[in-house]
Amino acid sequence: MKFVRVRAVAKKEIIQIWRDPLSLTIAFLMPLIQLFIFGYAITFDINNINAVVYDRDRSYESRELVSEMSSSGYFSIIGHIDSYKEVDSYIDLNKAKVAVIIPEDFSKAIKTGRPAQVGVIIDGSDSNTATIADGYLNGIALQFSRRMSGVKIEPVIDIRSRVWYNPELKSRNFIVPGLIVVIMAVIVALLTSLTVAREWERGTMEQLISTPVKPAELIIGKLIPYFAIGLIDIIVALLAGVFWFGVPIYGSPLLLLALACIFMFGGVCTGIIISINAKGSQSVASQIALLSSFLPALLLSGFVFAISNMPVPLQIITYLIPARYFVTISKSIFMKGSGLETLMVETLLLTIYSAVVFAVAVKKFSKRID
Amino acid sequence: MNNEHAVVVEGLTRRFGDFVAVDNISLDIRKGEVFGFLGPNGAGKSTTIKMLCGLLLPSEGKGVVGGFDIMRQSEEIKKHIGYMSQKFSLYEDLTVEENIDFFSGIYSVPAPKARERKEWVINMAGLGERRKAITGTLPGGFKQRLALGCAIIHEPPMLFLDEPTSGVDPISRRNFWKLIYDISHGGTTVFVTTHYMDEADYCDRLALIYRGKLIAEGSPNELKRDYMKRSVLEIEVDRPVEALDVLEKGGVEAAIFGSLVHATVESSDTAAVNIGNLLGQSGMVVTKIGKIEPSLEDVFVTLIETA
Repeated sequence: MKFVRVRAVAKKEIIQIWRDPLSLTIAFLMPLIQLFIFGYAITFDINNINAVVYDRDRSYESRELVSEMSSSGYFSIIGHIDSYKEVDSYIDLNKAKVAVIIPEDFSKAIKTGRPAQVGVIIDGSDSNTATIADGYLNGIALQFSRRMSGVKIEPVIDIRSRVWYNPELKSRNFIVPGLIVVIMAVIVALLTSLTVAREWERGTMEQLISTPVKPAELIIGKLIPYFAIGLIDIIVALLAGVFWFGVPIYGSPLLLLALACIFMFGGVCTGIIISINAKGSQSVASQIALLSSFLPALLLSGFVFAISNMPVPLQIITYLIPARYFVTISKSIFMKGSGLETLMVETLLLTIYSAVVFAVAVKKFSKRID
Repeated sequence: MNNEHAVVVEGLTRRFGDFVAVDNISLDIRKGEVFGFLGPNGAGKSTTIKMLCGLLLPSEGKGVVGGFDIMRQSEEIKKHIGYMSQKFSLYEDLTVEENIDFFSGIYSVPAPKARERKEWVINMAGLGERRKAITGTLPGGFKQRLALGCAIIHEPPMLFLDEPTSGVDPISRRNFWKLIYDISHGGTTVFVTTHYMDEADYCDRLALIYRGKLIAEGSPNELKRDYMKRSVLEIEVDRPVEALDVLEKGGVEAAIFGSLVHATVESSDTAAVNIGNLLGQSGMVVTKIGKIEPSLEDVFVTLIETA
């Protein structure tokens, strides 16, 4: 391995990126656009869920609970009802997504310090909204019981996971950490996927392979600039996430950057492998790169859909997707403040993945035409 | 392999599926000579040069280039040669200087030497005024000389040029050959492929390849002497295409050269009279007919027709 050769390749590649408007756009503009689209337009927060209340207690406490619900902004109380039958009709006719049933002994239970139960019926036909509504209700119940000082109130259905780490129930707080992963996976794979294919397409590769440059030198030289771009992108995304969107980061940003480097290294090498296989066609290379980076990072990484909810065969596949590990890392550092010691397994698997793809890239890169 | 030869290969064959691109070729190229590899498009010239440069693995054969085995030491070969591919292969989006610097780096030319070589390349290519110009904006002749300069930035003992003059204007072509001579006089062995027959006379020695097979080898004079036992008549006639038709029907080997017709005959004196009569009977006006010194193109046409 000769440093001068690596440097020559890296320098040339930087100049080429700098003079290519398309590369520059992909490198610096696309991540920002993605961040803002996801940060603003795509939100899993749902407001004004229609709800009906069947208040059988008709007490001060029950009215307080209802006003807590409506003042949260998440629910709009469209009616008060007097029977279970009416619940059916509201939900069946799609007038309400949620029905809250407050039992007769609600205020009595609160006063005597017993756990008070509230029945909640949620329209499960739209499972996403249902889950979210459930999460909101849990949050409201928690807040209400805190206000009633020491008095517990328990809705019948109880899912706590999201409430635990994201008490404000802001979806942005878990979108941004996952989004950073998707952005990096896409940018890095897309940019690097073009670099080798472009050289074949323009005929410069034939000249290059007639020189003594070694595959490893060429690959490292080529990945240095893209690695740097990826690093800049993640720093920008991190700053935008924390300062613009106000997403709290409880762990160490430096640890996140360090682990991002491992993730990116693998991504860059994957891009190069795609580029080698798509010999001579930039468009084929970029399409493969987009499909193989964006979709898995979005759908199978645990960013949008919880892996534990997937069918078992799909769960097994997610182990092969490096974004899966990095999503876990990113979310844990952001939301739980995890340190390296708790992320050991993910870090190790990510490192192995990156090392393997680098070895494959070097091996696949042939200095012959055939 | 001995000290006098830069390239010795035997039985070089390359197949692509069922197609035999290069069929059992043997070559020996002496150090310091300009060796021309001639043939029409698709004859196997590029395939051969790529095998010699270690870019393509031969299906069969053995040999050495610059002292290194073509089957096993292709990376060693690459250190000791310069190669200029058929396509223009510098980075169009880099400036002249950036391209030179890149190849200096790739061939790991030490810094002080690299500065000296850079100036040499810029002078050689006549790019003093355009050193900061984006390579893609240069005229063809300049690009080609710059590509040559980058291929020999590391002063290799051997230079392989694949159709270096294709798609370049005639004046640039002549200038380019002058450069090849200069490089050769500096002691570099030059292997050059071309399909321009008029360039063959510039070479010290030649090999002719046709449909993957080597059909002749030698110096330009040897080729003319050994392969042209018969004579060539040059015929100036008002309708050359029809004349060709008439001659071929009359059993005379003939070919069109520009506006003239060349006929290859056994005995020039009797044939000249016969041909004159033949064309005259067909109503054509023959303004001139005479024996000429055969060109390499005549040699090549004859060889192909008998191949």
